[in-house]
Amino acid sequence: MTSVKRDYDDIPGTYVFDGRRARQGYALNKFLKTLDDPEVREVFRRDEAGYLDRFSLSEEQRRAVLERDWNGLLELGGNVFYIWKLCVFDGCSMQYMGGQMSGMSEDEFRQMMLDGGRRQDG
Amino acid sequence: MAEVIAGVASSHVPPIGAAIDRGKTDEPYWAPLFEGYEKAREWMAENTPDVCVLVYNDHANAFGMEMIPTFAIGVAPEFEPADEGFGPRPVPTVQGHPELAWHLAESLILDEFDMTIVNEMTVDHGFTVPLSILFGQVDEWPCPVIPIVVNVTQYPPPTGKRCYALGQAIGRAIASFDQDLKVTVLGTGGMSHQLGGARAGLINEEFDRDFMDRIGPDPESLLDLTHTDYIRAAGTEGVELVMWFIMRGALDERVHEVHRHYHVAASNTATGLIIYEND
Repeated sequence: MTSVKRDYDDIPGTYVFDGRRARQGYALNKFLKTLDDPEVREVFRRDEAGYLDRFSLSEEQRRAVLERDWNGLLELGGNVFYIWKLCVFDGCSMQYMGGQMSGMSEDEFRQMMLDGGRRQDG
Repeated sequence: MAEVIAGVASSHVPPIGAAIDRGKTDEPYWAPLFEGYEKAREWMAENTPDVCVLVYNDHANAFGMEMIPTFAIGVAPEFEPADEGFGPRPVPTVQGHPELAWHLAESLILDEFDMTIVNEMTVDHGFTVPLSILFGQVDEWPCPVIPIVVNVTQYPPPTGKRCYALGQAIGRAIASFDQDLKVTVLGTGGMSHQLGGARAGLINEEFDRDFMDRIGPDPESLLDLTHTDYIRAAGTEGVELVMWFIMRGALDERVHEVHRHYHVAASNTATGLIIYEND
């Protein structure tokens, strides 16, 4: 399955959550999903690294979570709706996350959306 | 016999729900969006159905990575709003319609659509935001609502063609139910948007307006759009538009448009709303 070329692979700046990414990011997304639980959020808040030990994340995935490397989380198999749970945990907005993923401040991103959004480039 | 009287397509952007919950709809940022919803609310108040069938996608709330049904139907008597990380939305519990829902489940499966049957689940913003758009802030929703859940978060979602065929089957199933019920079918999601990556914030107004122009009079002209066509033109989450075809398929071949509203942007998303009545 991993060897099959997809006709969306050439779209720039885009991560399609297909089977390849689901396999790569399974443990990562499982961790992110646990943030739904308020008790888990408290445990994670007290000791982020310690809580991550419970999941078989790769070193890169661990680093991306701890450093809030938002695009890294996508590259390493995170699903955007699961990654969003970490952003909510931090009290951030979707526009902040979009800005972080596309190299803009939240204000710049917000203004871009008010101006009609990003133009198609793929 | 039960009868489909109307179809509504609507975006389901979370901050639209938050704006309603926090009384911000008159603020300059939100007012232009909500002005376009006024007519829809008036129409809904005058044409409240006995039951709604609401097509939406769950966003990693009721369903996790463990299992990802392509099409599911909620048959429970009620559905609680999900806690999406900041507490459940302050909206009423949704009353289901188990009798019609089970009839739909059985009819659809025998009609060769392999539905997953869900007895217990919460409903997230994908479900509750369209209800808030159409019914406003209420103590209880004015009618029971049956959830039809479509996977669009794990690639590949069902194709537009398959969704349209499912909608047609839902139309047949409703027409064969032996109670006099007026049913409105809601298709939600879209319009163009992409949440992740360097292309986050993508909007394609031309694509969205063309889609809205065609889905009423000529839906079949849109059915050959591939997932890659949607992702390329309308963003990774623009592919949610396949869910509009389930609504459209449940309606008659000929429909007339009652109201349309398009607005850029609500948070990260282009939003659209269309109401159709059967001719």
